[in-house]
Amino acid sequence: MGYCLGIDIGSTTVKFVLLKDGERVYEVYERHFSQVREKTAELLEEVGKITGKKEFLVALSGSAGMGVAEAAQIPFVQEVYATGEVVRALEPDASCAIELGGEDAKIIFFEGGLEERMNGSCAGGTGAFIDQMATLLNLSVEELDQLSQRCERIYPIASRCGVFAKTDIQPLLNQGARKEDIAASIYQAVVNQTIAGLAQGRRIRGKVLFLGGPLYYCTGLRQRFQETLGLDDEHAIFPEYARFCVALGAAMYARESGAYANANELIRRIRSAVSTVRDNRLPPLFQNNEEYRAFSERHAKAVVPKQKIAAYEGGAYLGIDCGSTTTKLALISEDCELLYTYYAPNQGNPIEIVREQLLEIYGQCGSRIKILGSAVTGYGEELIQNAFRVGRGVVETIAHYTAAAYFKPDVDFILDIGGQDIKCFRIKNHAIDSIFLNEACSSGCGSFLETFAKSMDYSIADFAKKGLFAKAPVNLGSRCTVFMNSSVKQSQKEGATVEDISAGLSISVIKNALYKVIRAGSAEELGKNVVVQGGTFYNDAVLRAFEMELNCEVVRPDIAGLMGAFGAALYAKKHPAATLLPLTELRAFTHKSVSAVCRGCTNHCHLTVNTFGDGRKFISGNQCERALGIKKTEGESIDLYEYKRGLLAALPRGEGGRRGRIGFPLALGMYELLPLWTGIFTALGFEVVVSKPSTRETYEKGQFTIPSDTACYPAKLMHGHIEELLEEGVPCIFYPCLTYNIDEHQSDNHYNCPVVAYYAELLQGNVEELKKVKFFYPYLNLDSPKELARELLGKLNEFFGGGFTKAEVREAVKQGFAAYDRYMEAIRQKGREALAQARRQHKRIMILSGRPYHIDPEICHGIDKLANSLGFAVVSEDSVCDLAGPGAPVKVLNQWTYHARLYRAANYAAQHKDTELVQMVSFGCGVDAITTDEVRAILESSGKYYTQLKIDEITNLGAVRIRLRSLLGALEERESVE
Amino acid sequence: MNTSYVRFTKEMKGSYTLLVPNMLPYHFKLLMQVLKNDGYSVDLLTTQGPQIAQTGLKYVHNDTCYPAILVIGQFIDAIQSGKYDPHKVALMYFQTGGGCRASNYVSLLRKALEKAGYPYVPVIALSLSGIEHHPGLKLTVPLLHRAVYCFFYGDLLLTLVNQCKPYELQRGSAEALAGRFTRQLAESMEKDGVSFKKTKAKCAEMIRAFAALPMDRSRDTVQVGVVGEIYVKYSPLGNNNLEQFLVDNGAEVTFPGLMGFILYCVYNMSMDYRLYRRGRVMHCFADFAYRFITTKQEVINDLIRKEGTFRPSESFDRTIELIQSYMGQGCKMGEGWLLPAEMLELADSGVKNIVCTQPFGCLPNHICGKGMMKPIKDRNPDVNIVAVDYDASASHVNQENRIKLMLANARSAKRAAAVSEEGRGA
Repeated sequence: MGYCLGIDIGSTTVKFVLLKDGERVYEVYERHFSQVREKTAELLEEVGKITGKKEFLVALSGSAGMGVAEAAQIPFVQEVYATGEVVRALEPDASCAIELGGEDAKIIFFEGGLEERMNGSCAGGTGAFIDQMATLLNLSVEELDQLSQRCERIYPIASRCGVFAKTDIQPLLNQGARKEDIAASIYQAVVNQTIAGLAQGRRIRGKVLFLGGPLYYCTGLRQRFQETLGLDDEHAIFPEYARFCVALGAAMYARESGAYANANELIRRIRSAVSTVRDNRLPPLFQNNEEYRAFSERHAKAVVPKQKIAAYEGGAYLGIDCGSTTTKLALISEDCELLYTYYAPNQGNPIEIVREQLLEIYGQCGSRIKILGSAVTGYGEELIQNAFRVGRGVVETIAHYTAAAYFKPDVDFILDIGGQDIKCFRIKNHAIDSIFLNEACSSGCGSFLETFAKSMDYSIADFAKKGLFAKAPVNLGSRCTVFMNSSVKQSQKEGATVEDISAGLSISVIKNALYKVIRAGSAEELGKNVVVQGGTFYNDAVLRAFEMELNCEVVRPDIAGLMGAFGAALYAKKHPAATLLPLTELRAFTHKSVSAVCRGCTNHCHLTVNTFGDGRKFISGNQCERALGIKKTEGESIDLYEYKRGLLAALPRGEGGRRGRIGFPLALGMYELLPLWTGIFTALGFEVVVSKPSTRETYEKGQFTIPSDTACYPAKLMHGHIEELLEEGVPCIFYPCLTYNIDEHQSDNHYNCPVVAYYAELLQGNVEELKKVKFFYPYLNLDSPKELARELLGKLNEFFGGGFTKAEVREAVKQGFAAYDRYMEAIRQKGREALAQARRQHKRIMILSGRPYHIDPEICHGIDKLANSLGFAVVSEDSVCDLAGPGAPVKVLNQWTYHARLYRAANYAAQHKDTELVQMVSFGCGVDAITTDEVRAILESSGKYYTQLKIDEITNLGAVRIRLRSLLGALEERESVE
Repeated sequence: MNTSYVRFTKEMKGSYTLLVPNMLPYHFKLLMQVLKNDGYSVDLLTTQGPQIAQTGLKYVHNDTCYPAILVIGQFIDAIQSGKYDPHKVALMYFQTGGGCRASNYVSLLRKALEKAGYPYVPVIALSLSGIEHHPGLKLTVPLLHRAVYCFFYGDLLLTLVNQCKPYELQRGSAEALAGRFTRQLAESMEKDGVSFKKTKAKCAEMIRAFAALPMDRSRDTVQVGVVGEIYVKYSPLGNNNLEQFLVDNGAEVTFPGLMGFILYCVYNMSMDYRLYRRGRVMHCFADFAYRFITTKQEVINDLIRKEGTFRPSESFDRTIELIQSYMGQGCKMGEGWLLPAEMLELADSGVKNIVCTQPFGCLPNHICGKGMMKPIKDRNPDVNIVAVDYDASASHVNQENRIKLMLANARSAKRAAAVSEEGRGA
């Protein structure tokens, strides 16, 4: 028998295995930097050196190999299938195999019915994710791995996808967490993702094989897997062929059903295997050089006058923009001329950078220039302000507007695309009228382009230039990074050049901003005077794409990337305060940061305590004031969320009930109906055991059984609550199916959303352990006590085998409804008191709206307390919605009980000058795709700001804080104009 | 609800073109013909291409479900194409009602039209849970009667074509034959009216005609069923030509028929009464409609059985029976219990390989699709299901790769079965 060749072309690497009589004689693993065909042909030449002109059997595999195989007419074998074949042949007693690739993650269960699974399209816990994170930390993958082995603690990092994780990691970096710990936490996120996204209810146990490149190279990742799954060395197998498993499988497949060819023939076929599908392309950015020249000349006009710092004498103002990934400084003269600027990545240590820069500036100023005022803005605002006694802190939105207005006083729209954020503001009457910020999931911004450029082996500047004259930019859509990766993969398969991809990515950044963030349909919607800024707009391709997409001309200042700092400097000039740390103190400045856990309440916030040389302290990471040593005095903060949590905790549980214990999972629909169900079941003689409010641990406990990784976080938490009740040892658990919720007669219908309504069916089907107890999940109707009693009686007797009388159940239901009514009435009463108290104290009122289950501390991540600390009185949507006067008819079908309240609460906010509405939206909530636009419309129709907070498992409140401060800033700005 | 919508008036009936997005070619072509015969001017939108999704994304919230983005994108794309006078078109489409957000399509469509500058275009949403008042559209009993027959015929054609396609000696012959029948059927319904007797004869004729197509039945195929959210399940625009992809990869495809979905809706009306005592009148109507449809369906299935070449679908009673021990029938949002029921129905009739299609982030599918896969597999270990998400930006490579895995497993299961069969033979 001769040679058999298996080729595995993955999303990032090409792998070859050449077998001779079943022995591996040649194997290779190389990155292809998206040059799939070239790389494959190159490696085939190596194979040719061994096989010569002799024909051999060949088969292809891998996600990027599919297209090549088709075009070059080489037999194809699906990669998971290939892996399965290898494991069956070489490790027949394996019970499970986990394979992580560049962008795919796969799991195969061999025991108890073969099952092969791949990650869904929204899951990034893979090799590409590790690469991205390494880039973010400014490390090579090897360095990341080495660091991870010296970790001391693991931080919770969102494991859903790369972009989410980034949002968690960035603040950790900025707060000065150890890179060793972050590295290990990244690996842990990958492990969690694999378990939650792939295992889906099946336990990973027995002899487990770990395959694929990342698991071969990353020792730390292997450790995390072994530890998390509790596998000893005998049960965790890391074979030496881990990297080549798919290629080996392809070679074995070739032996059975491959095609004969020799190396030269294959090279010829693969080289010519360009499929010519080009239907999904866009027009070029520039038709010719003249167009580009005219474009460049037009934009060269938007400049700030500069003045040599050495030649200037007089007062000056300093602006600092401490962003999430970069730090910017600008020093301006009395005439607003730029004296000094700085722009660089903060490399996870903004304090040190600012210190160096201040020393530099003091040095250059000498005694000629006196700094009369200073202001800081951005993610690191508070930290830097405290560290260096910066005169003013200014919220980003105001800083950017101030800067934009310098270039175009009548600016009516500002779009800022930075490293991580997209910010857009509409300006009306010289005040910010509405604000749009991107969600954590669509952060396809500057850092996204940069990571992509790097993955294709280019610098961002070169990569961007390539796009300018692309002939047919690819159409990549407008979704998140993970989708983008696969779209790029697809276009490469179709023969797109690097130029086309570069241009396509620039266009997609713009589409993302326009259609996903701003939700604009046309240029007129934005306004006449548009200013674009942010580092990303230095990229001419992005700028051009924006102008083309909207068919209009915009202003891009020459200091597009420094606008925050420039704006802060202008702000400092307007509000001077010469408090900046003087040179002598700056020289002696030292800074130390330690991490700690706050024990002030059950939230256990992870704190970072910064201590400065002169003994001053600055604490971050806290969700409330308690960490700062400020004792909370009762009655001071107005927080309906806290009040509701208290009411639920105080409900009677019927201890020692004659009918025994019954468990209620405190999640989803159970939140609001808890008074009803505890009322009924305690009256029936049950002792009700309610699971505790969620924590991160609750989620982790249940993540093994979540079948759909794109469901919302509140639903996913349900699994943890069930596990908790099972641990409690309750004999029976109750969570009913409720198609309809309570009818409040305020909407066209009163449905629950499908997830709340039928989650019990999913639990029954997927939580294995639930079969060990009795799970009571009847379909019930809450329309009337009579109806509920009728149904419940039947279902109870059926389920518990009789013993319930009609009178008894009727009475219980009556008591249940009474308890529910008391609960709702108490909330309404408290709402009225809160409004009155807030008005007495001249506090701003915030209707923090969401669903009833958003009061769960793990779901709302303490946003209520954060809002309190910003000076808002917090009320809930259900506490005030009945006070709203009639509003304009809702333009969508108003058919869900919870959402009807939302619209009414929005009307209340629209009708009251001192009240703002902030909407919390759980990621993945399909219904909110409809409500958000509607709520925005209601608020904006009466000139109110709309603020949306998208929340998920992420615990970091940095982005939320900025949104709320922007709201506050805009309100203050508007009031000062009025 | 907003009551100030643009109405489709009597005057518009003849002079306006009703645009209807295509979902199932045979059913909808027939239906269009029936509407034309009734005096409406209609045009079935069969446009394809990436600009449809792009247009949709521009005018609809990007997190809305993919079918809404496509349908709305297709409408606006058509209006903007210049082919029609925007002041002379009305839009008509079918939607489900109930607790799923899909019941909001009509509002979303109106909002999108407003945004795109066509607030005056009337929108008619047809749904089993009632429609708004449009004086120009009279859903008369004869019209509805004909519509029901369109679905019988459409389902039959779907079954016949799918069971011919992978074996035909002359590529495209089954499609061509179906096209010929579609035209013929519409004409004869108009000329001769509808009666079940005629339908029976016609169905028998169709079955014979398809059985007579030159075919090579010995071809090595695997049986693959498709279930899922109704739009992406059927619409080639929604599922990136899933059917063609499967056929090209050597599969014989089974789509559970559209009538199943209608029966599901009808059955749920009775369930609402039985579970919650809601809608007594509808419940009586529903019971009648259920019996009417299922009896006729069984007659057609018998015809298929008698002829012997093709495999009919299971009776709906059987489908309901299969799901009983898996899930409560109160679960009725979106495709609800029908989705896992169809998986079980397919498995029961020997189709063990299943593609479960859903729009990315589809709410009911968390429960009824992905949420039911484990219990189904636990009890039917030989069932091979792949869940595929469809979305404006999901890449074909990703989708096809997952489907190929399912097909590879299907083939290896088929080989294993053949080997054990041989072993038993020896």
